[in-house]
Amino acid sequence: MAINSTREDEELEESLKLDVLKRLLLNLLEYKKEVAIVILLILLTVGISTAAPLVIEKIINDEIYDGNVKGLIIWACIMLAFFTVHFVATRVWRRIMAEISNDMILSIRRKLYVHIQELGVDFFDQRPAGKILARVTGDVNALKDVLSSTVTTLAPEAISLIVIITIMTVKSPLLSISAAVAIPIIMLGLYFCEIIAHKKWQSLKKKDSNMTAFIHEGIEGVAVIQSFNAEEEANKEFDGIVNEVIKAFKAAVRVTDIYSPTIEIASGLGTATLYYLAVAKLGVQAESIGTLSAFALYLSMFFSPIRNLANYYNKLITNLASAERVYEIMDMIPLVKDGEEVTDIPKIKGEVEFAHVDFAYPDEPDVDILHDVSFKVKSGETIALVGPTGAGKTTIVSLISRFYNVKNGAVLVDGYDISKVSIQSLRSQLGIMMQDNYLFSGTIRDNIKYGRPGATDKEMLEASKAVHAHDFISKLENGYDTVITERGGGLSNGQRQLVAFARTLLTDPKILILDEATSSIDTRTEILVQQGIGELLKTRTSFIVAHRLSTIRNADRIFVIDDGGILEEGDHESLMAKKGAYYDLYSAQYVSAS
Amino acid sequence: MKKYLWKNKWRYLIGGLSLLGSTIVDISIPFITLSMVDDVIVGRDMEIFKRDILLYIAAGLGRAFFQYVKEFNCDMAGCHVASGLRKDMMKHIFSLHKGYFDKTNTGELMARVKDDAGAVWDLTGFIGMLLTEATVYFIGVVVCMLRLSFKLSIVPLIFMPFLAYVALHLEKRLGKDYGNISEKNAALTKVIEENISGVRTVKAFSAESLEMKKFDDKNAAYGDANKQFDLDLALTDPLLGFIPKIMQTCVVAIGGYAAIKGSITYGTLVAFVAYSLSIVWPIENLGWMLSLISRGLEGYKKMTKVLSVDTEIETPEIITTDARTNAAEEICFDNVDFEIGDKEILKGISFTLSKGKTLGIMGATGAGKSTIVNLIERFYDATGGSIKIGGTDIKEMPLSDVRAFSSVVTQDVFLFSDTIAENVRLGQKTSMDIKTVKDAIRKAQAKNFVEKITDNYDAVIGERGIGLSGGQKQRLSIARALARDASLLILDDSTSALDTETEADIQKEIREKKDMSKIIIGHRISSVKDADEIIVLEGGMIKERGTHAELIRKKGLYYSTYEAQYGDYRKVMAVNE
Repeated sequence: MAINSTREDEELEESLKLDVLKRLLLNLLEYKKEVAIVILLILLTVGISTAAPLVIEKIINDEIYDGNVKGLIIWACIMLAFFTVHFVATRVWRRIMAEISNDMILSIRRKLYVHIQELGVDFFDQRPAGKILARVTGDVNALKDVLSSTVTTLAPEAISLIVIITIMTVKSPLLSISAAVAIPIIMLGLYFCEIIAHKKWQSLKKKDSNMTAFIHEGIEGVAVIQSFNAEEEANKEFDGIVNEVIKAFKAAVRVTDIYSPTIEIASGLGTATLYYLAVAKLGVQAESIGTLSAFALYLSMFFSPIRNLANYYNKLITNLASAERVYEIMDMIPLVKDGEEVTDIPKIKGEVEFAHVDFAYPDEPDVDILHDVSFKVKSGETIALVGPTGAGKTTIVSLISRFYNVKNGAVLVDGYDISKVSIQSLRSQLGIMMQDNYLFSGTIRDNIKYGRPGATDKEMLEASKAVHAHDFISKLENGYDTVITERGGGLSNGQRQLVAFARTLLTDPKILILDEATSSIDTRTEILVQQGIGELLKTRTSFIVAHRLSTIRNADRIFVIDDGGILEEGDHESLMAKKGAYYDLYSAQYVSAS
Repeated sequence: MKKYLWKNKWRYLIGGLSLLGSTIVDISIPFITLSMVDDVIVGRDMEIFKRDILLYIAAGLGRAFFQYVKEFNCDMAGCHVASGLRKDMMKHIFSLHKGYFDKTNTGELMARVKDDAGAVWDLTGFIGMLLTEATVYFIGVVVCMLRLSFKLSIVPLIFMPFLAYVALHLEKRLGKDYGNISEKNAALTKVIEENISGVRTVKAFSAESLEMKKFDDKNAAYGDANKQFDLDLALTDPLLGFIPKIMQTCVVAIGGYAAIKGSITYGTLVAFVAYSLSIVWPIENLGWMLSLISRGLEGYKKMTKVLSVDTEIETPEIITTDARTNAAEEICFDNVDFEIGDKEILKGISFTLSKGKTLGIMGATGAGKSTIVNLIERFYDATGGSIKIGGTDIKEMPLSDVRAFSSVVTQDVFLFSDTIAENVRLGQKTSMDIKTVKDAIRKAQAKNFVEKITDNYDAVIGERGIGLSGGQKQRLSIARALARDASLLILDDSTSALDTETEADIQKEIREKKDMSKIIIGHRISSVKDADEIIVLEGGMIKERGTHAELIRKKGLYYSTYEAQYGDYRKVMAVNE
């Protein structure tokens, strides 16, 4: 996915991708019957529209010219009947299309979303949320256009074009020359309007999206801009971006506006040719005025199918680009997924073992982050992981949660190789708390019950009391029904952590994985948070990427992680006595404190 | 807007004249047909035949010319008017005070600059043109029809109210449906957005099925809203095609009857049918044209409302002292109070920070620490007391001098979708050399990761670029502040995502900047302990003040914080030593 600043355009590749189109249109097969009805009805309406000028010819030539009032009324009624059938048929097929195209989109969006849920965290790390969102909303919406317009535009317009040409040629090959004069001019107009202008409109769209991005950031970052005295600079930059939009717009309309003049010229020349041939060559008399009128009508019926087809083509290639982006995601193979034959891991005791584990991130398979790591942790033990940034502490805990697969070796829980059990059964027994504990918009109650929606209020209260979250929650105006915005907006950093603790405790996990946040919170909350952690650790196997000294000291064992492996291991006293890496790390912190 | 309409007067004049020309030509075409039928085909006048043929061609060419001139001029006029307004809007927004943004959300302002300006673009461009054309055209055609045959004119005109009703009704329905779609779309978007942002939490709780349930609800609601729109369109839109067809049949039948009776000629009949069909488009499109017009007017009104907001930070017109030279001296808070509404945020804050010295500020969340920064930058005005830079009240100084005096790293990092280097250059994009940029990045301990990224200093970051971790963003925002040559550096809890080692390295670099005064706000003792003075805030007031050693001796709030953070270390090290 493209990477660019607001000053550069996003890439957009468009071409007629038949394989993507085919794959998309296969969706229509699920609605064979409906599509067949729609196509039949459309054929009926096309038939009526193209026959209408013939009826008018008949009325003018035979009835009016001959002064036959009765015949005039009969034919007028026939025409009304035809138009009524046309009207009803149009309503019916458009209704069916409205139903099935929306149903198809609903199910495609669902499939895509289900698939995204299965993708690994790496997928989300590599892409800004906005781009993923655009796939699920905008791009999927674009598919509806392809599906419905292929049925409703491509087929009927092409057919009516053929029918009109046939009728004209059969009726009078000579008068058809008027169409032959008009069509090349229309084609020329379309070439400007649709083919050349399309690219220019696309470029305007890109400029426009740059502008939107700038406006967004300008408003969001207005304090930073003012603080850095950068208003003038930002104004100048915005002026530049807006001028780019003006330039792109000018380039686009300059070409697009050629379309209607060419239609005017085509229809002027076409009509002139029609009358010239009719009068000068055929010597048309008053009795065939109707025929002339019919030809004039056919001549005017050319313009819209040709334009609609060109339009269809343009939209098609744009929308196929969307379709391709959707399928690109659908075709991604999840990094971590259940194997062919997985069993649910039974209720676990909480023993964890690493057996000769090697690990490298999928995008850099040659760089081992962990190398030959082995350890065994007994049920109920607390393990603190310490070490410099980037040493692999977070990697070890991610492997236990199976956010990634190991490269070699195995991770075992209660003796089960976790790659052989279902992810759901494993993760539902783990309590995983990352540095970024996301709280969802909704009530605090919903958030605490997130991992166990079926929990009772009593259980919820117990959990939040245990981690000392109850004190502050009960002081809020609406207590547990207080609505927070996404990311826990409305709560302080520390309060968010306490709610997240309660949420995890409520699921009563057997193994706890905790990536301690380094973010600083004020002392009072800090003490509460420490107590909360203490409560969580009780009776559970715990792995903690630890920054807080109290957590480290109270751990049963401390792993010092560096250079892709466990450098030292032991409890606090023995590691201090050893005066090795741990001792150095510890002293450095102390020096900065005193 | 008047300014911009006037600026485009020539475009409008030329566009308007062409519109008139094009309409006159178009309305005359059925008269050529009339003459062709009556004079040439029935009357066999070959002189007129030549003239009519040439007239057809001339009409085509004339229309083509007028159409192009009209469309191009009107399109460009609308574009220029809206773009001018857009530029004014952004300029104005950048000049507004922080209090305004506290009350207004980003989405709303964005809608003003983006969508409302877009609506004005349509209003002053193609839609204004189209409505004018529709009106002129309709009147012209009706006049011609009445001239041809007064009685026969009644037939098509009877159908017009029905057509207008259906068109307006459809527009109203679709407007409602559309509102419903965007509401449901927002709800769906929110669910998806949260799911993506909170993906680690979702996976950690293996809550995928709960998430699917949330999604299915919103997806179905959104699908229904879209379907409703399509269905309403499918049911009413064909009616818009049907009514003109009935009308056409009636005109042919009744006109045909009149022709049989000899009260009109064949030519009149043919011309009349053409006219009756050509009054359809102005009416048929009435619904959406009017709704776009009202959207444009509405949008303009909303934009004017934003443009009429004045910044509450007033700057003196005449600057008496040369504040710039004094600026390097000292900053002094003299008994400063700050209230928002009835709420007291700060009370009686006094301190003096001399050149090169460091002030540490501690206190619980909500104690008023960040407010002090906002006052120094004059994002708000103090409600009591005074803030002086080099002896001059900041209210007497140009705002740009006040802001140039300090360089701030805020708690919430905001970086732009731009290259790393351009982000650091913010405010001095033309003048700052790459050496200063690199130097600042090195001092902020960001050099290592920046140089590991492809494109390093030219790598684009932000929503449209590569993702950075919280700590990396914090370091870049520190670099951005260090790159400015300001007299005062303010770090507002801006090392929270960094580990203690990195924090210590950055502190070391900052200490080297001897000429710079510093204000360091933090929760960690390690951040503030070396300050020349530390103030501890509680409930908006200074509770304790002094150096680290003094505050430790005091055994108050600062001491208890110290104990909570480092008590353990001291005990442990005492045992080991």
